[in-house]
Amino acid sequence: MSGLDSARVRDDLQAIIARYPQKRSALLPMLHLVQSVEGRVTPEAIELCAELLDLSAADVNGVATFYTMYKRRDVGDYHVGVCTNTLCAVMGGDAIFSRLREHLGVGNDERTADGKVTLEHIECNAACDYAPVMTVNWEFFDNQTPDSAVELVDDLRAGKTREATRGAQITTWREAERVLAGFPDGRADEGPSAGDASLAGLRLAQQHGWKAPGEEGLDSQARSTSDQPPVERAEAGDGSAEAAVAQADTQRAESETKIDDSTTPPAQREDAEEAE
Amino acid sequence: MSAAPLTPVLSRGWDHERSWTLDAYGDYAALRSALRQDPDEVIATVKDSGLRGRGGAGFPTGMKWGFIPQDPTQPGGDKPHYLVVNADESEPGTCKDIPLMMANPHVLVEGVAITCHAIRAKKAFIYVRGEVLHVIRRLQAAVEEAYAAGFLGADVFGSGIDVDVVVHAGAGAYICGEETALLDSLEGRRGQPRLRPPFPAVAGLYAAPTVINNVESIASVPCIVERGADWFASMGTEKSKGMTIYSLSGHVKQPGQYEAPLGITLRELLDMSGGMRDGSELKFWTPGGSSTPLLTAEHLDVPLDYEGVAGAGSMLGTKALQLFDQTTSVVRCVLRWTEFYKHESCGKCTPCREGTWWLVQTLERLEAGKGQEGDIELLLDQCDNILGRAFCALGDGATSPITSAIEHFRDEFEAGMHTPAWDLFPYEGSTAWAKPATDAAKGATA
Ligand SMILES: Cc1cc2nc3c(=O)[nH]c(=O)nc-3n(C[C@H](O)[C@H](O)[C@H](O)COP(=O)(O)O)c2cc1C
Ligand code: SF4
Ligand code: FES
Repeated sequence: MSGLDSARVRDDLQAIIARYPQKRSALLPMLHLVQSVEGRVTPEAIELCAELLDLSAADVNGVATFYTMYKRRDVGDYHVGVCTNTLCAVMGGDAIFSRLREHLGVGNDERTADGKVTLEHIECNAACDYAPVMTVNWEFFDNQTPDSAVELVDDLRAGKTREATRGAQITTWREAERVLAGFPDGRADEGPSAGDASLAGLRLAQQHGWKAPGEEGLDSQARSTSDQPPVERAEAGDGSAEAAVAQADTQRAESETKIDDSTTPPAQREDAEEAE
Repeated sequence: MSAAPLTPVLSRGWDHERSWTLDAYGDYAALRSALRQDPDEVIATVKDSGLRGRGGAGFPTGMKWGFIPQDPTQPGGDKPHYLVVNADESEPGTCKDIPLMMANPHVLVEGVAITCHAIRAKKAFIYVRGEVLHVIRRLQAAVEEAYAAGFLGADVFGSGIDVDVVVHAGAGAYICGEETALLDSLEGRRGQPRLRPPFPAVAGLYAAPTVINNVESIASVPCIVERGADWFASMGTEKSKGMTIYSLSGHVKQPGQYEAPLGITLRELLDMSGGMRDGSELKFWTPGGSSTPLLTAEHLDVPLDYEGVAGAGSMLGTKALQLFDQTTSVVRCVLRWTEFYKHESCGKCTPCREGTWWLVQTLERLEAGKGQEGDIELLLDQCDNILGRAFCALGDGATSPITSAIEHFRDEFEAGMHTPAWDLFPYEGSTAWAKPATDAAKGATA
């Protein structure tokens, strides 16, 4: 595959670099872009990024191995994620993941025999109010069950069109990676504003006529409230700020401690040390 | 004080037709009025409002902005300033910024432009986690629309002020939510925390003065500018001002986002939203994500503001209320969270890199009912070796679920010496599709 040699790819990579005051900042989106071209991060892609950013290949490799979204092996058309962080796991994510593993005949981070689907258990994807949650090419599939999950992957493998619960029609993983690199695909207007859970509080407030101060007389459709006088006054005491400073996490790092290296280091994160 | 228990301000337009578009959002009136003010005036308004960071630590936002050196002779004073929005939202349980940006990206973009004016920055980055494709699309589209309308770019509203915004997708790493790791990541490096001082306000992105704020913090700025500091401060409690988004998840009837004045209680939230699911009793919950110590049904009346939750021995954190009922094994949950911290440890410091590995070993035994005499003390000891000795707050956070769970549910850890957690709490019984958790149903799935 020499997709990286095309003029378009070179132009795109230069366009990414041009977004930043210092070019190294372009590395993460560049790696997303090469994935959209190559289907994974290839050694050639690493060389190319290194060359364009005046870095060593080892530097680029060290970055690429740090982040879970960069893949060394071909992903195929669909990356299927199952959230197995605690809340989703308890709500059924574990059951969904094991059912899919069985159904697809693959382990974690492996691709199906037809090459179409890579299955991965993922961490909390900021959709816990829709647990158990799945993703396809990083689009949300909310409130899943083992059966709905099987139907979803079967549809994908059969080439049927699927839409995300809160998102667009599912494209390919490579197309999704191109968007992550900062090149819009024109699908922002697809899908809803929000799912039911996102609107739960708003609907409750509407039912009861609960509103923020100063909005009592307003129709809920009008946004601008600049003509509303501020209501009740309350003092914003200086003491609050001081108390807050005392507990803010910016202080924690100051208490950095000497590290004792005496215990045997279990190499549990292979990329903890800079990869060659 | 405001009378209404829920006060949708940020979430108000989320149900509008095409709410993510500029047409639905409005004309950036708050930005227009901010640009007529001196930057210091805007900072003073945000200070007076009492707004505190919504990313977990609760640092006063206006004060943070005030740390940016304005005098060219001060260290860092001659460098460009940057604003970085932390849209990495990855703390387990936290799910407020993502729906906000999906439904109303413009309120964030307008907040970004106002903040840039206040801190005298010409360039802002929205660092959004990569695993949320559609949210990234909506942000990209909103920024594009704002440029086209002249709300971003050169000479905004003819004010002579330039504001550039770049939407930057991350690539999967929880630690990049930590503000200094985020900066390293944004500079194209492995996301590992930096030593502080220097603080980002003096030497942040590209060693230049940088403000880093959470999405919800920045999204709260337009309404403060538009309606005033007093209006904002009329909501909430004495030291925790304003409204905020609480996220309910787990074994409840109606999970979701609830925007309320700071200080509401979990009991109030449950009462209004239908309570626990049928047959469920609250067993334990996190007030603000997995890094905040677990609380129990005893704490239903704790005011959910910074002081109230701290008083109960936990932290308000991200206001991610994850609720678990009596079908749930606390040992299982704690193990899973610990596996998360182990996986996400950036490897920079030994207490966290190795400590989380050892914690998982011990907890795995306990989940499987193969715990050994002294394992509980071992866990507490291992936590003790991490807490306060780790380089960043990830390490400290990793100990929270463990020590708090042992405090409240020691007997379940004791049971782990002989009985697997899945026998005590059949895992099928906790799922979203489980029948109401009667004893009979529990027996049937065992
Ligand atoms: C491990 C770790 C992860 C964090 N993740 C996030 C995050 O995803 N989003 C966020 O806004 N803050 C996160 N924070 C807090 C940030 O370091 C920082 O306090 C915050 O972005 C400041 O913004 P604020 O003052 O507006 O809250 C995290 C902190 C730690 C230690
Ligand atoms: S505490 Fe963990 S995440 Fe933080 S610097 Fe140390 S190893 Fe990295
Ligand atoms: S735990 Fe699955 S989305 Fe948060």
